[in-house]
Amino acid sequence: MSILIDQDTRVIVQGITGKMARFHTADMLAYGTNVVAGVVPGKGGQTVEGLPVFDTVEQAVAQTNAEASLVFVPPPFAADSIMEAADAGIKYCVCITDGIPAQDMIQVKRYMYRYPKDRRMVLTGPNCAGTISPGKALLGIMPGHIYLPGHVGIIGRSGTLGYEAAAQLKAHGIGVSTSVGIGGDPINGSSFKDLLQRFEEDCDTHIICMIGEIGGPQEAEAAAYICDHVRKPVVAYVAGLTAPKGRTMGHAGAIISAFGESASEKVEILSAAGVKVAPNPAVIGDTIADVLKEVA
Amino acid sequence: MDIHEYQAKEILANFGVDIPPGALAYSPEQAAYRARELGGECWVVKAQVHAGGRGKAGGVKLCRSDNEIFTICESLFGHKLVTHQTGAEGKGIYRVYVEAAVPIEREIYLGLVLDRTSQRVMIVASAEGGMEIEDISAERPDSIVRATVEPAVGLQDFQCRQIAFKLGIDPALTQSMVRTLKGAYRAFREYDATMVEINPLVITGDNRILALDAKMTFDDNALFRHPNISELRDKSQEDPRESRAADRGLSYVGLEGNIGCIVNGAGLAMATMDTIKLAGGEPANFLDIGGGATPERVTKAFRLVLSDGNVQTVLVNIFAGINRCDWVAEGVVQALRQVSVNVPVIVRLAGTNVEAGQKILAKSGLPIIRATTLNEAAERSVAAWKSGNSDLKKLRAVT
Repeated sequence: MSILIDQDTRVIVQGITGKMARFHTADMLAYGTNVVAGVVPGKGGQTVEGLPVFDTVEQAVAQTNAEASLVFVPPPFAADSIMEAADAGIKYCVCITDGIPAQDMIQVKRYMYRYPKDRRMVLTGPNCAGTISPGKALLGIMPGHIYLPGHVGIIGRSGTLGYEAAAQLKAHGIGVSTSVGIGGDPINGSSFKDLLQRFEEDCDTHIICMIGEIGGPQEAEAAAYICDHVRKPVVAYVAGLTAPKGRTMGHAGAIISAFGESASEKVEILSAAGVKVAPNPAVIGDTIADVLKEVA
Repeated sequence: MDIHEYQAKEILANFGVDIPPGALAYSPEQAAYRARELGGECWVVKAQVHAGGRGKAGGVKLCRSDNEIFTICESLFGHKLVTHQTGAEGKGIYRVYVEAAVPIEREIYLGLVLDRTSQRVMIVASAEGGMEIEDISAERPDSIVRATVEPAVGLQDFQCRQIAFKLGIDPALTQSMVRTLKGAYRAFREYDATMVEINPLVITGDNRILALDAKMTFDDNALFRHPNISELRDKSQEDPRESRAADRGLSYVGLEGNIGCIVNGAGLAMATMDTIKLAGGEPANFLDIGGGATPERVTKAFRLVLSDGNVQTVLVNIFAGINRCDWVAEGVVQALRQVSVNVPVIVRLAGTNVEAGQKILAKSGLPIIRATTLNEAAERSVAAWKSGNSDLKKLRAVT
């Protein structure tokens, strides 16, 4: 098992004719992901990497029974594309696009909530590296070879820092059930809490690794959720110990603007919830290995 | 992106928020002239800088004659205003706003923000105006009134009335308060703001509601659809290093330390800074060169990081995911050949084709200190910085 995606998940790529989307579609196919089509308005009938391109997500879903979508659409149009996927019955959407206006994302979230819970699309991102269930499927832009299949569930706001963690785990011979990027934007599709719940329910995930950073309330929300609902061990790292207050550190959402949003406060809140916090990013892998030994 | 007070007021006024009469000046002469144009006997001269805390720092002065305005302005123009938000450097004063002074009966705090918990726009108000919101929430948290806006229908009148009554505003002014709140919300929505702050919003002696100060911050990601807002960017208010970086499409934040950082990805960049700090050093900057890490970007990044005179060591940390280490290594070598670098350079590569990348660095004959893990990279950077250039040879021999 894994969460969100596996080898059978039928995937479409929105914006597939773009240079980056083409490149990563080829990469995902090579990894074994079941990519079935692409969607670009006005380019229906073309093919990319041997896959049919449709004008609308609705057509693509009707023709291919696609369940998941990867959005590579440029920022001005990305919110619209996510809503199109939600309306067409896509169950899981990953949005890679970096630079979507925050108020567009407020609209997207509001739009998604018009569907009853059982028909509501799950969104991760935007501004993330994607989701991978190692050995099964890759929905995103991460290098598949740094992830071993295994039992660690990873949730992270950052792309390359997530790679760093996966590579450290690989060096220990530890594998990953699913790694999910929730993205660096202030308004995102899924929070740490949303995914903690999924990993807690996934029997193939034995330990959960959270990679947070400064800014926003989601690490603290996760801590409260872990206290009450998570029985599996959780390891965390929070980036931005040295980040000054009130400055945006690359990610639009990485800004300390309120109490509880600095790295040291988040570390304190998570530790109080029983989460084992890695003291520095170089020992995320070691910390997980230690906790796994303790559990065993 | 931040704008000046007078610009925020102009925008808000267009949406029905009342403001006192005022005018902008670029010189002391012009300021005195503007005051005569405005008429009256009492004016407030306000330094226009992108920072809060101007009053306490001496950037806001009450004047009773045009002579006084001239003298005050001479002490402001061309000088730096240092407030608790500007850092020790301060921000240059090149514009002042002259405003007719108004009799104040009550001061209210009003803010609109993107609330990340509800993922909606939130209105925050308090009867304790004039204080900063951080202080209000520390000292008088019970005075804070909040309302979130349902995005599909926008801010409703009843929500505005609720806020007005909770703040204890004279019922005769309820309609005026509704107009002010809805105006501020429409300005927030229309121009993709991330923050609107009116502090204080005042009730005057003649029972009017006026925005006495105003601050607006806009979503950088939405500027593409608001050219009129982008035009308001004032580079004189930005850290020159950060302006240069922004013009080159790099994400950079200048800090106080000596170890310059060049990293791909925002999270890894922050993590690299943290590791340097834990190893006993101080990072000079945050710099995310993006996932691509092309030779051009690496070269630009070196130029940018070295333009900071405090930098005594440079650490390059690239996790090559989609691109390859050998390609990144070529970029680093190319950059070091183009830019004259006379401080120690530590390079840590990880990910795809790492061995090939290391080989390229070694073969280049350039004095590059290599590292394989994040910890090693930070430790070697701190060691190189501490030992200074004289001991560099020893270190190079070790690696």
